[in-house]
Amino acid sequence: MDLITIWFALVVLCWVLFFVLEGFDFGVGALSPLLGRDDHERSAALRTIGPFWDGNEVWFVAAIGVTFAAFPDWYAALLSGLFLPFVAVLVLLAGRGVALEFRGKHSGAAWRRRCDVWLAATSLGVVALLGALLTVFVRGLALGADGEVHAGPGVGAGLLRTLEPLATWQALAGAVAAVSLAVLLGSTFLGLRTTGPLRRRARRVAVATASAGAVALAVAAGISGLTGQGPAPLWGGGALVLLLVVAAAAARREALAFVAGAVVVAAAVVAALTAGGEVVLASTLDPAWSLTRGSAAASSTALEVISWAGVVVLPGVVAYQAFSYWVLRQRVTSERVPT
Amino acid sequence: MDVDLDVLDITRLQFAVVTIYHYFFVPLSIALAAATAGLHTTWHRTGRDRYRRLTLLVGKLLLVTFAVGVVTGLVQELQFGLGWSSFARAYGDVFGPVLALEGMLAFFLEATFLGLWYFGWGRLPRRLHLATIWVVAVGTLISAFVILAANAFMQNPVAYRWDEQLGRARLTSFTELMLNPVNLAAFPHTIAGAVMLGGALLMAVGAWRRWVHVPTASGLGEPGEPESRDDHEQRLAFGTLARVGAWSTLVGGVLVALTGDVLGKVMTQVQPMKMAAAEALYTTTAGAPFSIFAIGSPGEGEPFFSLDVPYLLSVLAVGDPTATVAGIDDLQAQYAEQFGPGSYVPVVWMAYWSFRAMIGIGMLATAVAAAYLWATRRGRELPIGRPDVRRALRLLPLLPALPAAAGTFGWVFTETARQPWLAFGLTRTEDGLSAGLTAGEALAALGAFALAYGVIAVVWTRLVLHIVRQDLDAEALAAGERDEEDPTGRPDERTGGRTPQDADLVTTY
Ligand code: HDD
Ligand code: HEM
Ligand code: HEM
Repeated sequence: MDLITIWFALVVLCWVLFFVLEGFDFGVGALSPLLGRDDHERSAALRTIGPFWDGNEVWFVAAIGVTFAAFPDWYAALLSGLFLPFVAVLVLLAGRGVALEFRGKHSGAAWRRRCDVWLAATSLGVVALLGALLTVFVRGLALGADGEVHAGPGVGAGLLRTLEPLATWQALAGAVAAVSLAVLLGSTFLGLRTTGPLRRRARRVAVATASAGAVALAVAAGISGLTGQGPAPLWGGGALVLLLVVAAAAARREALAFVAGAVVVAAAVVAALTAGGEVVLASTLDPAWSLTRGSAAASSTALEVISWAGVVVLPGVVAYQAFSYWVLRQRVTSERVPT
Repeated sequence: MDVDLDVLDITRLQFAVVTIYHYFFVPLSIALAAATAGLHTTWHRTGRDRYRRLTLLVGKLLLVTFAVGVVTGLVQELQFGLGWSSFARAYGDVFGPVLALEGMLAFFLEATFLGLWYFGWGRLPRRLHLATIWVVAVGTLISAFVILAANAFMQNPVAYRWDEQLGRARLTSFTELMLNPVNLAAFPHTIAGAVMLGGALLMAVGAWRRWVHVPTASGLGEPGEPESRDDHEQRLAFGTLARVGAWSTLVGGVLVALTGDVLGKVMTQVQPMKMAAAEALYTTTAGAPFSIFAIGSPGEGEPFFSLDVPYLLSVLAVGDPTATVAGIDDLQAQYAEQFGPGSYVPVVWMAYWSFRAMIGIGMLATAVAAAYLWATRRGRELPIGRPDVRRALRLLPLLPALPAAAGTFGWVFTETARQPWLAFGLTRTEDGLSAGLTAGEALAALGAFALAYGVIAVVWTRLVLHIVRQDLDAEALAAGERDEEDPTGRPDERTGGRTPQDADLVTTY
């Protein structure tokens, strides 16, 4: 394999880890006001992600950073071509991070309630946006010859220039799918990491979302099998794995349920990022202007220079992150301890 | 958009707002991480409860500050693609590896180990637990060094080859990029500034709680009320915190001056125009004086009154009182010949005043710290009965604003006096802009970030005030901690019999 392929794989890996890891903490953030009936229970729910969310979010930084390092043109086209959606992602992520981290540092009831609402709203918003953005990886942007999206024929005017790519039914479906998968991951993670009422309620949510998802995917598989459009085996496989999630969650095998859910998310991300083959970002105006792995890549010196980091540093990162999950593996009690 | 605003200006303003904001929290995180590690170590060594309580207080301040640094840092990571995609394409070879490495080497360390530290009380062996906070502190230094290398490249491009055909910079050596002479001078200077800022915050908190808002049995009271043993202990702890903070500010202030002198000499070599603008020195002069203060308008090209120290500029810029310092007019002529017609002069009044503001405001903070150390030397009590002392103490909470302002002026100077260049001598600022970007979009982004950051600043301030008003007894973590010391896990009346995990919930989430 050449360096370009390796680095493309690394970009995909970073995105997969981001969507799986931060996916569950987005889900927990969105679920905590629903599943936690009082402040104590909501605290317990957030306690499960407290030590991890920041480390998870760094996978986003890594995905963007590695894209910039290995494929500068991809980084440039994606961010400037989706200017306003990414500004929105950043503002939402900012609100979310501080709501999560500020909540517990103040004992006032109103303060904590406000943080809960912000956390849930921003978590949902950012997941939906990211889901919609993933569909752009598949469908492409109106890139011109210079790799930029210019206002003009075929492109929205004014602020719509970079918002329009999200105004499609595919993007809407992506948003719905992302929110469902985040809720699925969040609920299985909560089931895995808590005891008491939270664990019970999380199980119910996991079973319900996974069942609904399995039905939706089975229908999609059926339609695409009949019409011959779309990857029917992929949809069908997804439906089967979701059935496994249902069974595992119902049987209180939460670890299995979580892993199976993570596999679905990972498959979805890989499918979206590799849908174009060599093309990493298609131009909807002229295929000749599409960005390919080769045309977007940095020079080989730059790739070589950063390769040692990928080989030496990243395995270490994975190891110490795993260590932190292991050290803090104890379940959080969500029932009140009698005193 | 029919508003007559230039997309370039708005995008520059937006970049500046977002970056300066990130830089309010970054030096605080760097300094507070080191302070937390130091206090934790002192407690580990001496076993004195005072240091445990201070560790928890400073650690909490670190956590809330760090969170803001993280979310604003995310914006930074994407900035180069959002508004400056032409720059990102041309310099991706150089900048991309820096950003990627910063994330992999530093941010993962900081984020993961900060979580381990805060949630690891009672769950990790004591030494390992202590090590986690040191890892965080080292991580912040790594990220500062790596990212400052990126900035140093823009000041003084090194370690690249220019690909004429593609119009792109190609990286030739990562090590050389990191060891840019500008970075080697700017990094210690920046860290010294961070130590000043963190010290000023700790000094403000400590002195405020030691002398003004002292802990009393009835909650927060006025000085002079009878105090319990624990109140007494807390006052001593706050007194210690104030002195530790004041020492940091003082030492940081001295280091900032020493390293700033070195940085100035390096800058004179790589960007003589910047230092000429900082002095509003139009004509090349031998034995140039340093202007402390000016009346009139430097930069308008007219003569102005200036209070000068003879020969000092030559000493500062070159290290020799009789040395020749190049003036703006000559440099402009030289650059016009070298790079083609056009103006190569930055906004002189901005360079002149921001340079003086950085130095002046920073030295003022240093002086305040020195005065406090002198007044409280060898356990002396402040004469808090005196009205002037009380008035001075009431102003103390504003102290951290001084080094923060000094740092901001430092960046404004560094970045604006580099203009019109984006990467010095290679690319002009207007050539870095995203080609498709419109003024309306840039304005929308500016508004969105300004609003969100404004709200976050208010909430952060309220939270910090809330945290520093609390009594120094973080019972929750005390419970977790006691769990290590008391393996029987007997219920303790201090925590009302809560278990460590349960107690965690009270303060953490
Ligand atoms: C608390 C903050 C603080 C204080 C008190 C000072 N500085 Fe500073 N200065 C900075 C914080 C700072 C900074 C924010 O860290 C900068 C911005 C860019 C950089 O590398 O450091 C900076 C930049 C900067 C530069 C420009 C470097 C460039 O263009 O890249 C020079 C020449 C100096 N400083 C010199 C000094 C001197 C001689 C000082 C006092 C005697 C001084 N600074 C006090
Ligand atoms: C790696 C670090 C940095 C890089 C690569 C960088 C790069 C840039 C770029 C691309 C611009 C826009 C073009 C321009 O207007 O000059 C800019 C402007 C600016 N940056 Fe930096 N910057 C860095 C760090 C900082 C920091 C930490 C601060 C301060 C807190 C800062 C303050 C500014 C300011 C005030 C401007 C506006 C200057 C102007 O518009 O004239 N920069 N910088
Ligand atoms: C030049 C001055 C800068 C310094 C010294 C600096 C340093 C730091 C430090 C120490 C942190 C840790 C978190 C915190 O302190 O709150 C941080 C956070 C961050 N910074 Fe900056 N930074 C600077 C400018 C930038 C720039 C220009 C970028 C973007 C390219 C950037 C990207 C980030 C990111 C992505 C984070 C979040 C890391 C996390 O999730 O933990 N920083 N920065």
